[in-house]
Parts: sequence; C-alpha cells; structure tokens
Amino acid sequence: MKKIGILIIILGSLAVLSACSKDITEDNTVYPAISPIRPDANAGTWKPILLTAANEFGCPTPIATTSPDYVVQLNEIKSFQAELSNEEKALVNYWGAGAVCRWNEIMRNLVAKHNLPPVNNADGSYPIPSANNPLAYPTFPFSNPPYAARAYAYLSAAQYDACIAAYFYKQQFNRVAPFTVDANIQTLLPKSTLPSYPSEDATILGASVEILKLMFPGDQDYINQKAEEHKRARLIAGANVRSDLDAGEALGKQIAAKFVARARNDRAGAAVGTPAIWSQMEQDAIGRGETPWISQETPKRPGMLPLFGRVRTWLFDSAVLVNVVRPAAPPSTNSPQFKAETEEVYNVKKNLTAKEKSIAIFWSDGVGTYTPPGHWNYIAATEFAQLGFSEARWARNMALLNMSIMDAGIACWDAKYFYYNPRPMQMDPRIKTDIGLPNFPSYISGHSTFSGAAATVLGYIVPSRAQQFNAWATEASMSRMYGAIHYRSDCEVGIVTGNKVGNFAVNRGHTDGAE
Amino acid sequence: MYSKQSFKWKAVWCCWLLLATIPATAQTDIDGLMMDKNFFCVGATAGKSSWKNYWEGTLKRDNPNLGTVSNTNAMLMGVYGITDKLNVLFGLPYIKTKASAGNMAGQKGLQDLSLFVKWQAYEKHLGNGHLKAIATAGYSLPTSNYAPDMLPLSIGLSSQNLTLRLLADYQWNNWFATASASYVYRSNVTLNRNTYYTTEMHYSNKVEMPNASQFNIRAGYRSSTWIIEAIADRWNTLGGFDITRNNMPFVSNNMEATSVGLHVKYDTDFVNGLSFVADANTVVAGRNVGQSTGFSGGIFYIFDFSKKKPAAPAVASPSQNK
Repeated sequence: MKKIGILIIILGSLAVLSACSKDITEDNTVYPAISPIRPDANAGTWKPILLTAANEFGCPTPIATTSPDYVVQLNEIKSFQAELSNEEKALVNYWGAGAVCRWNEIMRNLVAKHNLPPVNNADGSYPIPSANNPLAYPTFPFSNPPYAARAYAYLSAAQYDACIAAYFYKQQFNRVAPFTVDANIQTLLPKSTLPSYPSEDATILGASVEILKLMFPGDQDYINQKAEEHKRARLIAGANVRSDLDAGEALGKQIAAKFVARARNDRAGAAVGTPAIWSQMEQDAIGRGETPWISQETPKRPGMLPLFGRVRTWLFDSAVLVNVVRPAAPPSTNSPQFKAETEEVYNVKKNLTAKEKSIAIFWSDGVGTYTPPGHWNYIAATEFAQLGFSEARWARNMALLNMSIMDAGIACWDAKYFYYNPRPMQMDPRIKTDIGLPNFPSYISGHSTFSGAAATVLGYIVPSRAQQFNAWATEASMSRMYGAIHYRSDCEVGIVTGNKVGNFAVNRGHTDGAE
Repeated sequence: MYSKQSFKWKAVWCCWLLLATIPATAQTDIDGLMMDKNFFCVGATAGKSSWKNYWEGTLKRDNPNLGTVSNTNAMLMGVYGITDKLNVLFGLPYIKTKASAGNMAGQKGLQDLSLFVKWQAYEKHLGNGHLKAIATAGYSLPTSNYAPDMLPLSIGLSSQNLTLRLLADYQWNNWFATASASYVYRSNVTLNRNTYYTTEMHYSNKVEMPNASQFNIRAGYRSSTWIIEAIADRWNTLGGFDITRNNMPFVSNNMEATSVGLHVKYDTDFVNGLSFVADANTVVAGRNVGQSTGFSGGIFYIFDFSKKKPAAPAVASPSQNK
C-alpha cells in the first residue's frame, strides 16, 4: 500500500509539473489601442523640428474614393478580413497601440541587442565597430548610452516632423477612411475621426525605417519585416487603404532623409576621437593639478566616445552648452571634500542595504540593456499609453523627451571629458561594484543627467505625475552611489544639469503650437 | 548498542557544487544507498571551486576583468530513514563568490534549501550481485532574497526546482556502479528589474527558465570502511540561449556542463558513526558555464533513534557509541 501511495505522490507531482504554466504576460503587450481624447486635427500647424514647413515635401493628390482603383484597394482589405487568423488579430492589436509607441519599442530592442562593448584584440588594443561593415565583428554599432540617446532622438524627431506633415496633408486632401466609404469594411481598431490620406502610421513608419537603418545598418531584415507587419496590420484593421500607406511611407522617407543628412554631419562620427586627443585630455587634467581618469579595465580601454560632448545639440547651441549648461568644476581630487566623498562611496557600499542594492540593480541599465535613455523611453511609453494621446501628441512628446535626453547626454559627456575626473575605485581600490563600472570619467553622472532631463520633460507633459518622475530620477541618480561607481557630487550636479537641459525642451513645448 | 557494521553504506555525503548556476548536489540524493529506519545522519561540508576560463556560448575564453571566479561554500545536510526503504533528505548551502580581478563585488548568502524524498522501489539479487532501483523527488527554493541577476557572481539562479530522478545501483562484492537520470523543472525567476534582453526585449521582471536534465554515472569500490568512486555527470538545460559576444551571462542561458570527479568516504574506526568525505571534480566540457574545478571535504555523524536503543533519543555522544 505504501508503495502505491508513494507512486501516486510521484505521478501527482509530475501532473502538477506539466500543469504549471510558465507563461508570462509582458507589460508592453497590454497597451490599449490609440483612441485620442483630442484628435489634434490641427497638428499640421505645429512647429516642425527640421522641416522648413509641414509641406516642405510634396504629397501627390490621392485618387477619389469613387474611382475603380480605390475599389480595388477596398477589396484588398476585404480579402484580408475574410479569414482572420489569431496571429493577424494579435498583429492588429500590437500595432494598434500606435506607430510612435511601437517603433520606439523596436529601437529599444535593437539598442539592447547591440549594447555590447567589443572584446579587445590580442595586442591589447580595441577594435572600433564600422558602419560600413556592420555584420563583421565588432558588429556595428556598440549602442552605448550616448549612441542610444542619439538614436532615440533622431527617431523621435523624424517621427514628429513626419507626423505633422501627414496631419497637414490630411486636412488638405480630406480623403475619408475606408470604413466611411464602405460600410462592409470592418474596423478592428477604434475609428479615427481624421481623414486617412496620407496615413500617419505610414509616415511615421517610413521615417522610422530610415532612421533605424542608419543607426542599425546590420538589422535591415528585421526592420523591413516590422514595416511589412505594420502595414499589413493597418490594412487588416480596415484603418487604411493601400494608397494611404504608400503615400505616407514615401513622405516619411523623404522627411527622414533630412534627419539622416543632419546625423551624418552632427560630429557623432568623430566622437571616438584619436589617441592624441585622449592623451591631450589626460594631460590637461594633470596640468590643472588633478588626478586624471584612468580606465579600470584590463587591458585599458579608451574612454567611451570622448568627443560626444561636441555633437550637435537640438535645443541650444554650443555657446549655451559651454557657458550655461556646463556645470562648475567638481571638487578637486586633492581636496578634503573629494576625499570625504570617496570615503562616503566606500561606506555606502560597505553598509549597503538590500533595498539599496535592489535599486542599484533596477536602474543599472548596463551592458545588454536599452540603456538609461531607453529606460526613460519605456517609462514614457507606459505613461502615454494610458493617456489617450493622438499619434501626433505621442510624436511631439517623445520628440521633446528624446531631444532633451540626447542634449543631456551631450552636456554630460562634455563635462566628463572636460573635467576628466577619476572614478571612486580608481582612488580607492577597496571599492567594488555590484553593477559594473562604466568606462569613462566620473563627473557628472550620466544616469543622473539623463534622468534629470527626462523627469523635467515628462513632468511638463504629465503634470499630475511630476512628483513621481522626479522621485524616480532621484532614485536612478542615487542608484549610482549605491553601485559605488559615482560620488555624491556626480549625482547631484548631474540631476541639476539634466533639469536645466530639460527646461529647454519645456520651453520649446510652450511654443510649438501643441499646447 | 549497535555495531559499526550496522552503519555499513548508510550514507555518503558530499557537497558537489560545480558552480552557483548548477544546483548543489548532495551525494545522498544521487547515490544508491539508503539510511536505515530511524537513523539520522547529519553533517557539513566545506569546499571551494573556481574557474578562469568559461564558455561564452561555445567559445572558450578567459576574462581579465574577472580573473579567477571562485565559489567558497559550506553546506549543512541531513538524511533520515523513515523506513529502510524511504528516506527524507535536506541540504542548505552558504555561498560566497569572488572575482580575483576587475571591479565586480563578490556576493554571499544562504542559497537554496533542498528537500528530497528517496524511495527504494525495487531490490533483487541478480547474478552474483545485488540490484536496486531508487526513485527520488526533490524540491528546492531560495532561502534568502539574493539577486540572481548578477552572473557570474550571483550565488544562485533563484528558481524553485522540482527534481525527479530514477536511479539503478548494482553491487557485486565490493564493486559497484550506479546510474541515474533526472528531470529538473525550474520555475520562472523574478529579477530586480522590469525589462531584460534574451534574444529579444522582454517587458517583465519574470524570466522563463528552461527545464534541465542531469545524467550521472558513478562506479568504484564500496566496503564498510571505504567508498572510493569515480563520477561522470552531465547537466543540460533543455533550451535557453547562448551568451552573445562579450555579454554578461543570464539566468536563462543554455547551460551545459560535463564533469568528472572522484569521491572518497572513510568510516572511522575510532568513533562509530563518524565519517569523513573528500571530493574533487572538474568540468571537462561546457556551454555558457565556467570551466570549474572544485574540492570539498566534510564530516558526518549518524544518530540512532531506532526503538532498539534503550535510552531516550538524545544526542548520542561519541563515548556512548563505543
């Protein structure tokens, strides 16, 4: 009897095992479909970023909804809708959350995939990824935080200009949506009250594809596949006919070309610098009587993008960067305050609480992640998805956010390499980190600067949540002390500098016509 | 009082920690020996394993920013005979990790408590020897909220594991061979962050862990005083992904390890019920794990709570056993 009992226990536990589901519902899969509280039909009048005007690039006059060609396009939708698979329905729901939302997410995916520092060569030097040969090791790009900040900014800025161009032509041509033309067209997503030509989804798609291919040239298959899925989802949903999409995509690609041209000349290509420049930065710090930053990696890795601080900003010019935004010098490495701050880092790590450790890990956003800029994009997307924004408002808010994050990155990198301040563990080898040590100078903290800018902009966009955003920014900032990789000055001045940059974006928001 | 002979083959113990990423295995849950009814064996081991080279996917490499990664451990273990054919077991390791180079801080803490039920289902004289079949079911869970997301320095992976194992043991005079196959169901793991990347982005703090299999073969000499055996073991996650070039390891990586080892147990003459164990093992092939080599030693003592014992089942002192 006992044996039978045990056998039952074993078989029973097997049954429990097989019944145990490991399914995980991911947070980004439950975003509601775009259903704007305000349609923002006038977004075509909002102030563009690079376009001279919303209609700088032309858009052909659409065919009439009564033409035979249009009927062919209606029938394409009907043939999709005749037999809908669950996969197709899932596709519609996924893209229903919005073009800006999903293309931003796609970029986060690629940033995380490529956020890997190259392995050193046998001789101790480090190879530099090449955009001309993106699939050979080291694959291009190494999407570290500055690279990612720039990628998100170009994506969002191009999406915004593409979006307002679409809204401009919608009003001009006023071609109604397929479900208005033909009552037999089902609508699998909330019905937009806007004219449907050209499709704003497609202009955003067209612009996004071009920016993504610029930033991630080795991932074109993946990017094209997403674009095809997006267009198919719009057709299946009955939201657009083929010509809405074709015109929108073509317009978006033309607009993106302007951003691609800017990106090719924004000095990011030279941000790696040269051995002579690196050495000069070190000598300058020594000349000021300071202990210079030294890479703590083996073999010593050149600092990350030393000239990123000279990349072209969005919200202010280089004179403002140097005279207004650049923070005052950190405590001298010879000063008692510096010694006290180093000791503080040691003690914080030594007495780290479980809560502090989990905060350090939560915000670490290091190798193989979407970076701190990506983290703030995710926070923004999660917030915006609940707010009933129009596609245009999504685009505008993401553009403000990401222009400020990129400019914050530039300001931060400017300070890092201007002051060339050493990390805590360089000064005190007893200090170890739970989260990994970034390979660039300490002052000011990148997390703090990115977060200070992002929280300021998000607080402007969603005032009721401003306190929460600032609390998160402070937590992200302090997480770097808990991780024992930044001094208190790095964190505090980083937040202040980030706030300052964020306010430039807020000021743009006051005058872009969207308020 | 009982004779030393009654302890014959009662228990073999050792902590067999390859890496923090592969569950600690006390020999008793994977050997062919049973504890007699109402006997309780308890002991502790201490050991150290370390690796300098590891497999990044299938690429074997070292990492000057980690140097040698070591895992120092102490483990408390026990087994109790409910009947001669049904034993319950537990094990609880404390682990401390360290990297000899670079900036990464070592981690330490109590790892996972494992509980096993071991049932001798079948026993038969076969040829000149003796054949046994044993079934084992185990469950393990983290006993502290250690962070699994700090590989390779995490002290564990923090999944709850359910292990089912079938084992055959054949003994002929003082020679024996044991083979076992295990299936390990591993629960989802919760990270201290709300997104992570495997081969794509995931927007959740939950990670789906691949289940795992383990095959173990051991053979050697077994007498009332000595056990000396050679061990070969293969751990394989059933799924998971490779570490990408120069990336950090991740909890749901495809982890494989083939290892060989030696286990020695000595039952003392001077104190009945007291035994010592020593172990060595090394990983000879792997994927997304360190090429670890480890040593450990331990001490065990068997208490007799059987009814034939006249005194109350107090802690038996060595002098009482004489």
